[in-house]
Amino acid sequence: MPVLVGGIVTLLTLSLTTYAYWLIGSGNVLRFEAEWLPQFGLNFTLRMDGFAWIFSMLVTSIGFLVVVYARYYMGDDDPIPRFFSFLLAFMGAMLGIIMSGNIILLSIFWELTSIFSFLLISYWHHNPAARDGARMALTITGIGGFCLLIGMLLIGNIVGSYDLDKVLASGDIIRAHALYLPALIFILLGALTKSAQFPFHFWLPNAMSAPTPVSAFLHSATMVKAGVFLLVRFWPVLSGTYEWFYLVGLSGMLTLLLGAYFAMFQRDLKGLLAYSTISHLGLITTLLSLGSPLATVAAIFHMLNHATFKASLFMAAGIIDHETGTRDMQRLSGLFRFLPYTATLAMVASAAMAGVPLLNGFLSKEMFFAEAVETHADSILDTALPYVATLAGAFSVTYSLRFIHTVFFGPAPVGLPREKPHEPPRWMRFPIEFLVVVCLIIGIVPSLSIGPFLHVAVESVLGADTPPYSLAIWHGFNLPLVMSLIALAGGTLLYILLKDYFARCEDGTPLFRRLRGQRIFERVLVTVSWRWARMAEARLGTRNLQPQLRWVVACGFLAGLMPLYLSGFEPRPFRFSGIDPAFAILWLIGASLALGAAFFAKYHRLAALIMLGGVGLVVCITFVWLSAPDLAITQLLVEIVTTVLILLGLRWLPKRNLDLGDNITLRGRFRRFRDLVLAIACGTGMSFIAFAVMTMPVPDTIATYFLHHAYDQGGGRNVVNVILVDFRGFDTLGEIAVLGVVALTVYALLRRFRPAADSFAMPEQQRIQNRFDEEQPERAPGDTVRDYLLIPMVIMQWLFPVILTLSVYLFMRGHDMPGGGFSAGLTLSIAFLLQYLAGGTRWAEDRIRILPLRWMGAGILVAALAGIGSWLLGYPFLTSHSRYLDLPLIGKVPASSALLFDLGVFSLVVGSTVLILVALAHQSIRINRLRAIDAARGEEG
Amino acid sequence: MELVLSIAIGLMTGCGVWLILRPRTYQVIVGLSLLSYAVNLFIFGVGGVKSNLPPILEDGVDPASLADPVPQALVLTAIVIGFATTALFLVVLLASRGLTGNDHVDGRNEPK
Repeated sequence: MPVLVGGIVTLLTLSLTTYAYWLIGSGNVLRFEAEWLPQFGLNFTLRMDGFAWIFSMLVTSIGFLVVVYARYYMGDDDPIPRFFSFLLAFMGAMLGIIMSGNIILLSIFWELTSIFSFLLISYWHHNPAARDGARMALTITGIGGFCLLIGMLLIGNIVGSYDLDKVLASGDIIRAHALYLPALIFILLGALTKSAQFPFHFWLPNAMSAPTPVSAFLHSATMVKAGVFLLVRFWPVLSGTYEWFYLVGLSGMLTLLLGAYFAMFQRDLKGLLAYSTISHLGLITTLLSLGSPLATVAAIFHMLNHATFKASLFMAAGIIDHETGTRDMQRLSGLFRFLPYTATLAMVASAAMAGVPLLNGFLSKEMFFAEAVETHADSILDTALPYVATLAGAFSVTYSLRFIHTVFFGPAPVGLPREKPHEPPRWMRFPIEFLVVVCLIIGIVPSLSIGPFLHVAVESVLGADTPPYSLAIWHGFNLPLVMSLIALAGGTLLYILLKDYFARCEDGTPLFRRLRGQRIFERVLVTVSWRWARMAEARLGTRNLQPQLRWVVACGFLAGLMPLYLSGFEPRPFRFSGIDPAFAILWLIGASLALGAAFFAKYHRLAALIMLGGVGLVVCITFVWLSAPDLAITQLLVEIVTTVLILLGLRWLPKRNLDLGDNITLRGRFRRFRDLVLAIACGTGMSFIAFAVMTMPVPDTIATYFLHHAYDQGGGRNVVNVILVDFRGFDTLGEIAVLGVVALTVYALLRRFRPAADSFAMPEQQRIQNRFDEEQPERAPGDTVRDYLLIPMVIMQWLFPVILTLSVYLFMRGHDMPGGGFSAGLTLSIAFLLQYLAGGTRWAEDRIRILPLRWMGAGILVAALAGIGSWLLGYPFLTSHSRYLDLPLIGKVPASSALLFDLGVFSLVVGSTVLILVALAHQSIRINRLRAIDAARGEEG
Repeated sequence: MELVLSIAIGLMTGCGVWLILRPRTYQVIVGLSLLSYAVNLFIFGVGGVKSNLPPILEDGVDPASLADPVPQALVLTAIVIGFATTALFLVVLLASRGLTGNDHVDGRNEPK
């Protein structure tokens, strides 16, 4: 099934691409544009010209062949759907690169190919080599992709547009611009990493742990060509300068030579092919560096030729691996007798790789030699080029010969992992046959076969500069032909000389064994991601909370000071509006309580808590004083709930021993002093800022709008409540969602709570009371508590309906008078809370069953539905409508849709508060159960 | 009025900062509460301080003369969220106390 999908999709794209030829054949450019982020100049633009077309043909046709091949190659226990989905995704991304009409879009697709290449290399992720190779490929090509993006942004900055057509038309502007060199370097970093050019070549051989269809498709025919594709695409814009020639040329020539040299000494078949790919890509890069149109023709031509013969060779190597179980050339030999067909096909393909006449490889190599002889730029590189080219040509003959001779000829192999290799299924061989036939056809009748297509491609890149070129096989007896002959003869001779060495040598390349890109890469990676990271963590990081908070506070202080420093301090005349003595006394009390809370928090927790509550009350009175009744109500209620909550928590904290605290070290003293200075600085700073802000004239703010329109638009007189449930209703929705999430988190955290060992035992007071109760025959344990709580208990129980009514009252009047969902919800939860306090958890839960989770769920649903309701009427989310209803007995009642929203707020606040408190209160029941379990264990033990 | 309030805010900030830098979890929770009082009052004060002019519309009163409702609405939700974070921190504190057996903020008793 996955194979079928893969086959159909690739065949479909192949036929679509084929069809497109008639649309672009006459030099047209197909364009499709969809707006994506037009304000940033980023659109989803696709364009296809001749060059994009021929590359798409390459990708889709080899893609189809690879799917056919993979159908037979992949084992039964491999996850096939994953393979084909990655392969197709890669093909889509690759076509995206080819057809992008926007250079940012191009880098996005570029990145996607890196990611899918990573996923495909690590396809057999149980194999550590595959994982390492994939990671290395991703690191190198990912960094390259990032550089490419920077380069594209620079280009876009120079040109003023990211549109490829505009960029291609602005070559002169770009080359003359001051940013040309940085842009060139970044783009080259992208292209050279992708095409595995020196010094980034080492990822490609490591990527060979991928399944062979992947190697054939991504790592020889298509993805690694993306780099040179980009160089061709930007050739009209970037090339022709000395910088271009030196950077591209040096990298290309070194890659050409070193790749070929390394390829000769590989023992692994795929390793040989990988280095050969690197070398051939170097050849293409070298051609592009020359800056001559004719060389570019040769480069495009060689890209196509290389893809055909190298893909078929990879597939042949895959068959050999599949049939014999090894790719080690020192173990393989004499396979011709078992695989005559495959052997013949491989021989033709590697002859094309070596550049033997009558095959396509010969033609483009001949063009390369012709260009190498020409003088393009007067420099040592240019002078060296013909020799480098001939030498690399000889090396390629040697490794091609080695591939064929060692694997297919000689004595029959012994001790292969799989005995008796035989020919693969008919259709597994088909892709190779097809490609080899293409090699032959192009090699024998170039101008009749590839000629017109190549011409369309070349014209779309070079435009008016398209040079006259000839694809004939015979150009007379000239210098390039001599170079070819020297390379053929020299390569053969070299093979004969090295034959015995190849058969015995250890793996690796002579002279370069110590200098391996891979090892350097790994060392750099370890240094950066491990050593430096550890060092930074050790030097700059801390796992302790106190230093972190100290930094936060210090930075906060400095951030507060910064504007003062930057824009200067402007003292204003001190405006003193007089002090209300009552208010001053109130805050005298408040300040003493705050200081007391700070002082007692260590050794006298209960006292500190009471004082903290006192501060809260003073704050509450301040709100009343300063015209904020809503805040006062909320503050009072929250104060009650918080105090009860912390009281419930106090029981689980350890006893603090006063005597131990006196011997403080010098360091401790210093730390305290530093913190004190920091605290005083922050406090003073806050005082100054607060005073400055409060005495400044208040500018006209949005408050004016709210005050004027609260009644006619929100239908309420209490502006604070109208803001909460109407004007800023969406914020409140988020707010209550946070409250709900916190409540759930508290609940979840407490479910697995286990107290510390020293708070496990029953508190002393309870023990004394229980002992007393047990000693008296007429009393049961727990009676004493009940006795001394009798009067509060009665009051609390009787207050339940009163508080309930208060809650409803606060809720109903909230829109017009102080109150509202928040305070009503808190009030109701306090009503429940009091019942727990009065009778204990068990007693309360026997009588009222509260399901806090339902309250919460209902609350958030009601609030959201109240908002969604306005959609039905065609208004934006949370638009409210209000009117007054005349109810019998009660009178006029506001019936705003915001009231429904407020109901949601109310319900959620009740649910969350009760959930938090009950979860904490239940711990005292749980601990009894835990004690019972422990006791049972103790008896068993 | 403003003078008293700003001194109060500064004092509570100072106490809060001192406490959150202490090593015991309970001190930190008290410190956070004090800090939140201070911050709430500060935000509230940004709108200017007025007595006897709650932002509740009444006929015959100029709406523009009333207290600023926006900081009040902000502080109202801040109070509720402050309660939620206090609850969360309390429970984290208790869980850490249960797991480590002590009430040091880093879960260890002796400083290094």
